[in-house]
Amino acid sequence: MRWTETLSIALEAVRTHRTRSLLTVLGIWIGIASVTLTVGLGQGAQQAVEDQINSLGSNLLVVSPGSSTSGGVRGGQGSATTLTQTDAAALTDRAVAPDIAAVAPVRTSSTVLTAGTTTWTTSVTMTSPEWLTVRARTLSAGRFLTAEDLDRGAHVVILGASTADELGLTNGVGQTVTVNGTTLTVVGLLAASGSSSSTNEDDLAVIPMTTGQQLLSTSSTATGAVSTIYLQAIADARLSAAYQEAYNALLTRHDVTADAVDFSITAQQSLVQAATSTSKTLTVLLGGVAGISLLVGGIGVMNIMLVSVSERVREIGLRKALGAAPRLIRTQFLTEAVVLSLAGGVLGLGVGYLGAWLLPKLIDQPVTISVPASVGALGVALAVGVVAGVYPASRAARLAPIDALRSE
Amino acid sequence: MRSREVAAEQVAAPSAVSPEDGADGGVVLDPDAVVQLAAVSKTYATGAAEVQALTEVTLTIRRGEYVAILGPSGSGKSTLMNILGCLDVVSEGRYWLDGEDVAAMSEAALAAVRNRRIGFVFQQFNLLPSLSAARNVELPLVYAGVRKEERRRRAELALGRVGLGERTQHRPTELSGGQQQRVAVARALVTDPALILADEPTGNLDSRSSQDVMALLAELHASGRTIVLITHDLEVAAAAHRTITVRDGIAYSEPVEVSA
Repeated sequence: MRWTETLSIALEAVRTHRTRSLLTVLGIWIGIASVTLTVGLGQGAQQAVEDQINSLGSNLLVVSPGSSTSGGVRGGQGSATTLTQTDAAALTDRAVAPDIAAVAPVRTSSTVLTAGTTTWTTSVTMTSPEWLTVRARTLSAGRFLTAEDLDRGAHVVILGASTADELGLTNGVGQTVTVNGTTLTVVGLLAASGSSSSTNEDDLAVIPMTTGQQLLSTSSTATGAVSTIYLQAIADARLSAAYQEAYNALLTRHDVTADAVDFSITAQQSLVQAATSTSKTLTVLLGGVAGISLLVGGIGVMNIMLVSVSERVREIGLRKALGAAPRLIRTQFLTEAVVLSLAGGVLGLGVGYLGAWLLPKLIDQPVTISVPASVGALGVALAVGVVAGVYPASRAARLAPIDALRSE
Repeated sequence: MRSREVAAEQVAAPSAVSPEDGADGGVVLDPDAVVQLAAVSKTYATGAAEVQALTEVTLTIRRGEYVAILGPSGSGKSTLMNILGCLDVVSEGRYWLDGEDVAAMSEAALAAVRNRRIGFVFQQFNLLPSLSAARNVELPLVYAGVRKEERRRRAELALGRVGLGERTQHRPTELSGGQQQRVAVARALVTDPALILADEPTGNLDSRSSQDVMALLAELHASGRTIVLITHDLEVAAAAHRTITVRDGIAYSEPVEVSA
């Protein structure tokens, strides 16, 4: 007998027991939908975190000041002012750190910018020309800082995309903004960072470090303290070498031992790993719960198939009397189980895709459903059908035709 | 071994060649026989006790015969019917159906034999309630691997033969008992089997429908079909041209006067 016949007999049986079939399918349906959605949510969250961290720059090392101790009270990390511009300058020495390609010291200050009558408070980033490459940013218009700007302490500023927007300077190259009474010329605009995160990657104003010292002096400015030094390794593979070089150079410069280290260096990769491992754990956990619901759905299919076999003993007997070999009966019931499970799988995927489309609009969480994950979900549904169907099907096949026919 | 000598004559078709013993139990096959049983016994093991349901039954049913197997319940009549229908296997003895030795066949092979050589009519009709009359009649052809169009044609032909040509798309629940049994007869006919086995075909029918179904069987016999009718009802058995009585697991031939 051809498989199309087997399939049509199975479909007839599914149609005949409509309600029961629907309830059976429901279990698989919910299982597949929840697996698809939780895995999609987890992957979406992971992707978002990865994008966000990668948008910081590539081959990036971040040097932060260590914690300060004043009067026996230990401050938070980064509270100390142990990193200076001279540290940054030392790291640019290729003899000291051959694996560091670029160095960008950064000091930030929250300051009011004024353009005409519009004011906007933003994070003013005081840095060097290397910042653009180290942070992997691009310009949408104009130019970035030059070495000359840095030397002269030029009154120039580069605006982030949303800052320019807020100040009404989206075409603002050549126009001016005022900071602390000093007029700065807008020479460039940063392209949007493309990060989906809500951090202020696009809300900033970049000025030369030297200009910052004139405009936004604080007590720490005098010592040349910086809040962060961004380092770019010459290659991804040289990242750990660059890390060691920076670490050793700073230890020597600060004249401290490894026990009393007053700075910390973080690799962007380790940030990615730390951030994604959290969401990975969550995905596995949720996926596991969803998987259990799928398992319960599978047991449901087996249960219903067993009920179906004992309810249809007469039918099985009749089919055997009319010439169905045991193998055919087994195939028929197995096909029924697979049809039910696959129907549940397809419906579940449908609900999963619907959820993937709907959820981001409702809870602002990205959901990534990949094609391999969808194919995998269908494969699981198929496997559940086969596993759940084998036992009931072989029970049906073993029924003796006379016993089956005699049952009332 | 020789069939047991009993007071009543052992079953043998009037003109059948009696199966004879050979060195290895060889039996002379009647080329005209549809059913040939040689010293068939059937024993059921129920727990520790063994129940002998049939004892050395030897009988021959020839092509074109209309035979009734008569017996009260518990006589072994149903066991005989199951063996004749290849729904059960013999414990001892041999069975040829349409010239094929079916005593030692596997379950799958027996399924094929049932499919090709036997048409069943059951007391309970045994139609699948979710399928139309035509689809019910098609079922044996599905298992025989007949193509869809051919199946449909033959099912409609068979339903026309039993007078239900107008109701091919009706579900069993939309048909009367008599009509349902006629659908079952059509299903038994559709594979053009060597043997039609009717197990109490009128047991669930009112007298009017019973007459219809019996008339249909008589008509089929007249057109050359071999029919075996299993019943406990003497009146029903009277329709057949020969009666085999089963009592306590032993089959006796009891010729019944019939009008040809």
